[in-house]
Amino acid sequence: MSGKTASTTNSIAQARRTVQQLRIEASIERIKVSKASADLMLYCEEHAKKDPLLMGIPASENPFKDKKTCVLL
Amino acid sequence: MCDQTFLAIVFGPCDKCSNEKPLRAVYIKSEQLSYCSLCVEMDGKVIVWDSFTTNKEHAVTMPCTWVMACAYAPSGCAIACGGLDNKCSVYPLTFDKNENMAAKKKSVAMHTNYLSACSFTNSDMQILTASGDGTCALWDVESGQLLQSFHGHGADVLCLDLAPSETGNTFVSGGCDKKAMVWDMRSGQCIQSFETHDSDINSVRYYPSGDAFASGSDDATCRLYDLRADREVAIYSKESIIFGASSVDFSLSGRLLFAGYNDYTINVWDVLKGSRVSILFGHENRVSTLRVSPDGTAFCSGSWDHTLRVSTGAPGWVVCFNRKGQGQGLGQEN
Repeated sequence: MSGKTASTTNSIAQARRTVQQLRIEASIERIKVSKASADLMLYCEEHAKKDPLLMGIPASENPFKDKKTCVLL
Repeated sequence: MCDQTFLAIVFGPCDKCSNEKPLRAVYIKSEQLSYCSLCVEMDGKVIVWDSFTTNKEHAVTMPCTWVMACAYAPSGCAIACGGLDNKCSVYPLTFDKNENMAAKKKSVAMHTNYLSACSFTNSDMQILTASGDGTCALWDVESGQLLQSFHGHGADVLCLDLAPSETGNTFVSGGCDKKAMVWDMRSGQCIQSFETHDSDINSVRYYPSGDAFASGSDDATCRLYDLRADREVAIYSKESIIFGASSVDFSLSGRLLFAGYNDYTINVWDVLKGSRVSILFGHENRVSTLRVSPDGTAFCSGSWDHTLRVSTGAPGWVVCFNRKGQGQGLGQEN
């Protein structure tokens, strides 16, 4: 290779870093999607009853409802 | 070009302008029986609201007119905010009317570009920030010292979210380089990265169990990424939705995903089925931010129409906060 410029050396260093990072990312332990999604579904199932936005709350407990009745002037 | 810089060019900081004052970040906290929500405005004010009475509890005027991020400390005793001033400042909250909150301000973080997101970690002592300079950073609040910096994004970082405490010291960030990256807070290392979006990622939020996270992007889709399977597992999109999602949050059980869009609507997605459950109208301009309350009973959406709306599971109930200070409780909407 003919003379390397500073920018070429930089991009080589950058590429090395990228490869290093990709190697790290490639080596992590992965589980199957079937297992992962089953776990997500299980979590939803277990916590569904406690989720007010899912189950809805009875009107009597709604903290945002108007406290006064409307008055027609 | 990232949406954030577009904002800065088009709107420009203008104190006198009464149009277009977008609300950027909303955080909801509950203490005892009342909710408080933090409202952040482009005219440089940070307002703490009591969401039950719709009264303003605190208002701090920031020296910088562009506040883009805000966060509540876990103890509820302080707030952090920042924006185009490139800094993140912490203000202790006081109920004493005589004290000037702005005087007690502490500058914690310094970036070389705007601050897009900030969040306290598990304690009041550390703050995590994301910036337009492409980095995230962890700061010590007391000394203002930089504890750890996170380099890896190729463009502005727009959002971040911390993993729920049981699952350890990681956080996820999303940026204009279309990547969502998961970081180890102690080592500063990027553990995983996901690049399936077609445009800037505006918002990331962890699934309640901490095993997955959702992202909302300018490509009009929201996506769910599973961390243990290390891949995208769901896309929430419809052909009819063509505007970007600005903000996402999960309901308490993780079954519902609330997403605010730039077409003024909020779509509610069934996380497991991938289908849209509901669409909420009401805002008169783009929804810029959305957050579900910690106890899961309601969610609050902030918009460029100068209002914050709190919606609960009870059908049709919406409370509207107007930034001018009059909280208007709206009755049932059809």
